[in-house]
Amino acid sequence: MLNIPKPNPGPLEPGQRKQLILPILNKDGNLTRLFFIMMFVFILMGSISPSTFLSLDSFISMAYQFPVFGILSIAMMITMVSGGIDLSIVSIANLTSILAAGIMVKFLPPDASLMTSILIIAGAVACSVIMGLLCGLVNGIAVSLIGIPPILVTLGTMQLFMGIAIVITKGQAIVGLPMLFSDIGNGSLGIIPFPLIMFIICIILAYILLNKRAFGLKLQLVGTNPVASKYSGISNSVVLLKTYAFSGLFASIAGLLIIASTNSAKADFGTSYILQTILVAVMGGVNVKGGFGKISGVVMAVLTLQFLSTGLNALHVGNFFKDFIWGIALLLVMVINEVSNRIKEKKLVKQN
Amino acid sequence: MESPLIQLENITKSFGGVKALKGVSLTIQPGEIHCLAGENGCGKSTLIKVMSGVHTPDHGQIFINGKKYKHLSPLEAIKEGIQVIYQDFSIFPNLTVAENIALGSELSAKRKVVSWPNMRRIAKEALSKINVDLELNEKVENLSVADKQLIAISRALMQKAKLIVMDEPTTALTHKEVDALFKVINGLKQDGISVLFVSHKLEEIFAISERITILRNGSNVISEQAKNMDTEKLVYHMTGRKLQDKYYDVDVKNKVPILRTDKFGLDHSFENVSIEIYPGEIVGLTGLLGSGRTELAESLFGLLPATSGRVFINSKEIKIDSVQKAVKEKIVYVPEDRLTEGLFLEQSIERNIIASTVVSLLTKLKMLNQDKINQSVENWIDKLGVVTHSSKLPVKALSGGNQQKVVLAKWLSSNPNILILNGPTVGVDIGAKEDIHNIIKDLAKDGLGVLLISDDLTELRQNCNRVLVMNKGRISGEVRGRDFNQKTWSELQEA
Amino acid sequence: MYNKFFQTTEFYLIVIISLLFLTIGSQNSAFFSINNMFDLIRSGIVPGIFVVCALIVLVSGGIDVSFPAIAAFSMFTTTTILSEAGFNGPIIVPFLIGGAIGFILGIINAVFIALFKLPTLIVTLGTSSLFSGFLLTFIGSSQISNLPTSMLNFSKMQILKFTDETGIVVGLPISVLVTAGIVILVSLLLKYTMIGRSIYAFGGDPASAERVGFSPVFIQFFVYSFVGMLSGIAGIMHTSMMRNSNPVDLMGSELLIIAAVVLGGTRISGGHGTIKGALLGLLLVITIQNSLILMGIPSYWQRFVIGALILIGTGLTAVQVKKTNAKRKSILT
Repeated sequence: MLNIPKPNPGPLEPGQRKQLILPILNKDGNLTRLFFIMMFVFILMGSISPSTFLSLDSFISMAYQFPVFGILSIAMMITMVSGGIDLSIVSIANLTSILAAGIMVKFLPPDASLMTSILIIAGAVACSVIMGLLCGLVNGIAVSLIGIPPILVTLGTMQLFMGIAIVITKGQAIVGLPMLFSDIGNGSLGIIPFPLIMFIICIILAYILLNKRAFGLKLQLVGTNPVASKYSGISNSVVLLKTYAFSGLFASIAGLLIIASTNSAKADFGTSYILQTILVAVMGGVNVKGGFGKISGVVMAVLTLQFLSTGLNALHVGNFFKDFIWGIALLLVMVINEVSNRIKEKKLVKQN
Repeated sequence: MESPLIQLENITKSFGGVKALKGVSLTIQPGEIHCLAGENGCGKSTLIKVMSGVHTPDHGQIFINGKKYKHLSPLEAIKEGIQVIYQDFSIFPNLTVAENIALGSELSAKRKVVSWPNMRRIAKEALSKINVDLELNEKVENLSVADKQLIAISRALMQKAKLIVMDEPTTALTHKEVDALFKVINGLKQDGISVLFVSHKLEEIFAISERITILRNGSNVISEQAKNMDTEKLVYHMTGRKLQDKYYDVDVKNKVPILRTDKFGLDHSFENVSIEIYPGEIVGLTGLLGSGRTELAESLFGLLPATSGRVFINSKEIKIDSVQKAVKEKIVYVPEDRLTEGLFLEQSIERNIIASTVVSLLTKLKMLNQDKINQSVENWIDKLGVVTHSSKLPVKALSGGNQQKVVLAKWLSSNPNILILNGPTVGVDIGAKEDIHNIIKDLAKDGLGVLLISDDLTELRQNCNRVLVMNKGRISGEVRGRDFNQKTWSELQEA
Repeated sequence: MYNKFFQTTEFYLIVIISLLFLTIGSQNSAFFSINNMFDLIRSGIVPGIFVVCALIVLVSGGIDVSFPAIAAFSMFTTTTILSEAGFNGPIIVPFLIGGAIGFILGIINAVFIALFKLPTLIVTLGTSSLFSGFLLTFIGSSQISNLPTSMLNFSKMQILKFTDETGIVVGLPISVLVTAGIVILVSLLLKYTMIGRSIYAFGGDPASAERVGFSPVFIQFFVYSFVGMLSGIAGIMHTSMMRNSNPVDLMGSELLIIAAVVLGGTRISGGHGTIKGALLGLLLVITIQNSLILMGIPSYWQRFVIGALILIGTGLTAVQVKKTNAKRKSILT
């Protein structure tokens, strides 16, 4: 170890002492605010229609709904933390689940034994997940090695993957998935629905990836300043390849949940999820310029949206009205975050 | 005596509690070539921004053409004829030469429709004022740095400038280009336009200025006619120290070079570079911007893998084809631009420090080991004397000197053998500068090989045992550190 | 000068489009029939305005995905108002109303982008959802087919009528003149007005633009409100060409339009792009869309081909940029 005599830092100058104020700025006010927004929405919806909203049935039904866009939101979030975006997640989900559905429908005879069924379903699931990784890698290669802006890459692959799915299915839906598969997908462990279990597993996975692994740190650093990360010996292309591959992986998991619950696979299912996942990410405090994002924020944003959605359903409003609300919510959240940041900075300037 | 064009009196300005200007006064006469001199970080840039209305001073008074301004706005400054040419020139790479020159004045003239023939005429006229000929329809992104600067000057002229402030205008220019620029400046003087020439290069200061104002550490030390000043006085006022003080010497007899290159080269950037660095040495490397010195450093660090020649580390030949490879061979690099290349400004000090060494701070399960991280971070904050109250603060909250120490900590924690530093004390206050110099010398004494790239002649003379000069992609000379000065620099430059 | 032209994206596009035309034509002679050519032009009338919109925003350094929503909102609201009022006046009125509605919606985009400095993609994703949600919830979601007479007449007016070999009369709708007018107008605006040049300057370097004295807020307000107005006009054209007003029409066309503009050499980072290039990009996309069947390729390949095209087009640009960056001026002399 080098032995460097400690240079004398000298007495603190007034300016340096002032840095004490910064922790307040640094503390994440957005998460606290998000928590209160979530509780507010919950209470609001609960008090508007207590009978439908505040029932076990309604909670269980919610628990079947939000895991899909929750997992897609995680996929979106990690690419946004890297400073990019992934518009192709829904296309990946559909393409990979069409692959899985196709394998199951084609290779699983109706009279197959339980063992064969499980094997084939497992094989289909594995193929689908690997396909998800590969699709993500395509995005990652185009972004990191070729150097195309992420928004254009995923705009292209969104069309491309959906195009492949349409070509494979000739535009038709694949139906008649094995009972066993949808039984698992629609089943539950005790009263915890299977999709919720998958969501929790994905959350834990993403949390470890982002906060506990060296990859997560590198991801956030690359997202903050890709030039500095290059000069720090971080291989940006490896980090981005992994990021988009993980995004594809999460998307394929969401795709499997979709076909299990709808019992069919379609090339153009759920395109409106894209906006919702961006909304979740932004609401959850993910910095759109990259570098920052917390899984807890994403989870709270997912729940808030689900409460809103279920509450609005109880009021019998249409899907179009929901689009309207999502749009307003997205803009409002961004404006609030921006304004509160400006106020904070102003305060800081004043204090100095 | 004429009334002054601009008069700043007792200006103070602080940022986040750091006093950048502590009561500075400056007076510029019409048609005067005035030099604002001082080391990096002395407050020159802040003073310029006060003059151009970008910063409002906390205290003090501004008079322009006899009129007193309490809150000078950028627009008012432009109207009063104050034009600043920043180091990045503020030009549009995607537009043509003609547009870049004429668009600003067309805008001030409140024109709604642009006439291209008219713009070309204006641009031609502006360029002819400074005796320059450029292809008017060329896109500016295809031009050299010197040409871009000329465009910025022409544009300022078209805005009816009475005072043109040039912020370190010669940093990226060759000798010939500097001479041409000086001719332009003298021409401006003939037309009654004042120039405030901001620089820290002694030779240039004497070559061009009529009056010199020196800033040190946010205060003005002296304002004097150039003819009453000499190099010694100037250096004394800029640094607060006598010219002659200390040198760094090292004995490399019977040692094996820690780094050796043989006919090292990179296409279009540098060639035939054969250098040796022995353990304990601090080898200076200087030359103009664009001389290939940064490219050489980045090749050694694997960012721009070399295209010819060989590299030996402790006599073993290696191939540095990526940054990862360089780091594995214990070569590290503190880059030129701290803010964009060196730091993750919005991230915490802790994350900045562990950015390069995180893989060595994991548990057996390959998870981040927070204890190890804390220990390493605290250790380096302590060792390098980073003044902060918490390692969780974003690094942008630190002063320039402390930020640079964070960059150093990032690399020193990887326990390197060869340390390449590119302008390590640019924008660093005097106290931290000395800290950094001491750190570097202590590292060298422990057996590191250091390559120190700098523009600062004093820094090179006082800290390097020898200095290499680079010119047009080749090493053009070498001199003992203690013998390095303005004169040898110029000689080696032309060699 | 001529050498430079051969290196432009426009030149490459012309070569690719010519090759494509020749290939398709050799596969199926029906491709070169006047009927088919007019079909191509006709299908480019509304997208032609949209590419102009997308181009302006991209040059200013932003990205706008809300123009189809604005177009749908403007056209459906206008037709709803007019049909309820039993309007029977001249065609200029629906265009004015549609343009005005688009203008106002564009202002809403500008407020978020220019005043709150929020990222353009996410703002316009949000407003797009907001506009179409509002439209379908509060204004109506079922088609209106009893359009004002002037709009129906407008759709029937044709220029350049031909009778082809088989005796069928083919013609170009008059709305092609509107698109042509807008294209020429915007080309002049971008090249010869201060605001046009300021859009390029701002897209090239926002910080410098501010220092030189441009107002970023004004520029962005202009860009988004102007583009909103054009989208509104495009919506009215769409409605009158279709002879009915369907609020869910046009939605989802934004990505393909942006892709066409990017294929035409516009850089997503701002400051670069020409109307010529954007229109050529659109021609390429429309040709592929309309001609797969002529080449005997099932139409469900469309998306795949377009996706591949976007990737190849942007990929080539990215590689080119990398090359020029690597090709630094030589220091060695």
